[in-house]
Amino acid sequence: MNDIPVFWIAIYIAMLAAFTGYVVISRVPVILHTPLMSGSNFIHGVVLVGAMAALGLAATPLEQVIGFVAVVLGAANVTGGYVVTERILVMFDRSKKPKKEA
Amino acid sequence: MADFSILIEPVYIATIFFFIIGLHRMSHPKTARSGIVWAGAAMLIATLVTFFTPGLTNLALIAIAIVIGGGFGYIAAKRVAMTDMPQMIALYNGMGGGAAACISAVALLAIASPVTASLAVAGGVIGAVSFSGSIIAFAKLQGWMPSRPMTFTGQQAFNMAVFILAIISGILAVMQPAWVPLSVAVYLPLFFVLSLAFGLLMTLPIGGADMPVVISMYNAFTGLAVALDGFSFATPNYAMIIAGIIVGAAGSLLTLNMAKAMNRSLSNVFFGAFGATEETGAQVAGSMKPIEADDVAVMLAYADRVIVAPGYGMAVAQAQQKVKELTDLLMSKGVTVKFAIHPVAGRMPGHMNVLLAEAGVAYEHLFDRDEINPEFPSTDVVLVIGANDTVNPAAYRQGSPLYGMPILDVEQAKNVVVLKRGSGKGFAGIENDLFYRDNTRMLYGDAQETVAKLVQALKKL
Repeated sequence: MNDIPVFWIAIYIAMLAAFTGYVVISRVPVILHTPLMSGSNFIHGVVLVGAMAALGLAATPLEQVIGFVAVVLGAANVTGGYVVTERILVMFDRSKKPKKEA
Repeated sequence: MADFSILIEPVYIATIFFFIIGLHRMSHPKTARSGIVWAGAAMLIATLVTFFTPGLTNLALIAIAIVIGGGFGYIAAKRVAMTDMPQMIALYNGMGGGAAACISAVALLAIASPVTASLAVAGGVIGAVSFSGSIIAFAKLQGWMPSRPMTFTGQQAFNMAVFILAIISGILAVMQPAWVPLSVAVYLPLFFVLSLAFGLLMTLPIGGADMPVVISMYNAFTGLAVALDGFSFATPNYAMIIAGIIVGAAGSLLTLNMAKAMNRSLSNVFFGAFGATEETGAQVAGSMKPIEADDVAVMLAYADRVIVAPGYGMAVAQAQQKVKELTDLLMSKGVTVKFAIHPVAGRMPGHMNVLLAEAGVAYEHLFDRDEINPEFPSTDVVLVIGANDTVNPAAYRQGSPLYGMPILDVEQAKNVVVLKRGSGKGFAGIENDLFYRDNTRMLYGDAQETVAKLVQALKKL
């Protein structure tokens, strides 16, 4: 990130991503608000890959400890976010009868 | 090991592609289910390919951490009841924010360029606020702490001071100017402690009824923190930047939509301390008139048109199945039955639809507020089951804390029967005028038992 052009390219990309995020869900019906919040909660679970890099490239024991915590939290975000979203959306799957969960 | 690191960028690009497709599919009812599967598959390959990052060590530690975190996330999410979903979303969101804050901490310990460090500070404060704020939201909804707003005098000034101090210590940790006496080893922990404290302080004065909006906002916060952390690596992690910004933007839009559905402005949510200033002047005329289940059963059996207005109380009493049974029975007797779903019934927008769908109530019988409101005057009986604030006509009275909130106009129906545990107030802590209306009858008791009694009585008719 010492390279200024790279930094600016990243800013361009971030701006376009912001529009994408806005447009992609702009017509979401109210009933999907909860699953969509849960789904986007899952997507920011991509923090896990950053956490893996932080732990994997950690130089000191302190960095290792913090990196380890980051991976634990990130992994919980990913799996929990996925399972919660999936469980909610199964309810909307009208092709098959909703069955009671164990 | 063969060098697969060349795969990382192409896989990240594919991941982003599938995230966007997945998110898009999740915003339409028919394709929503497949959306999360697409996004999930993308996340899986992104995680796997990250193991090939050049120079990556501590592989065993990474694997152990993933098993611990993933195991917890999986088991907790599988076990939780549908009614408790909102606080689980808050919890997992908080964990994402915590992970982002940790990544910032590692980046700041390694100290790179001032630009990188500044972005890491921004990611750190946002991630930490999202972490502690989401945990408070979780604790409030889970009942681990009182859901009412907690306030003290000078609260806003105090919170602002904490926030400014957090920012200052963050800046000092980055700049490390020669004239400051203490080292980065002091400012960095101080920065995170103050950031965490701010998230906590900011969430305490917010009442339980506003939590969905708050959780949604912290969701957007975490997205933003993840994006900022994406800049903190030697080469920018575009998967984190793009996915984080998309969630930040989508989450912000979702937050505004939710606030709109509840007729609350964001500044009101965060600084209004909703319900703390209860109106005292307004007197409600009349009295609450109780009724017995048998009488309600007769009313229902001879009605042409019945509307059910469910609320969170129904979900808490686990009465969805019984309600479904009741409505099936009524439909078999030729009664037209519809469900009136207030956008914020339950604890989150759309929550009630999920709970009813789980019980097997067909999608076609659910109607949202705008569709159903014109039908109330021609309706014989409205069954209000565990709903309160969403049917409170006080929303039409100026000066009421609920003023302006769109409600279900159930009071216009010929008869209203309110199923309620006791005579207490709703989540917002406001007296409900509806209960005192002449056409309203109160059916007290646990919603599940009461509805079961109604079913029994109906079968005997």
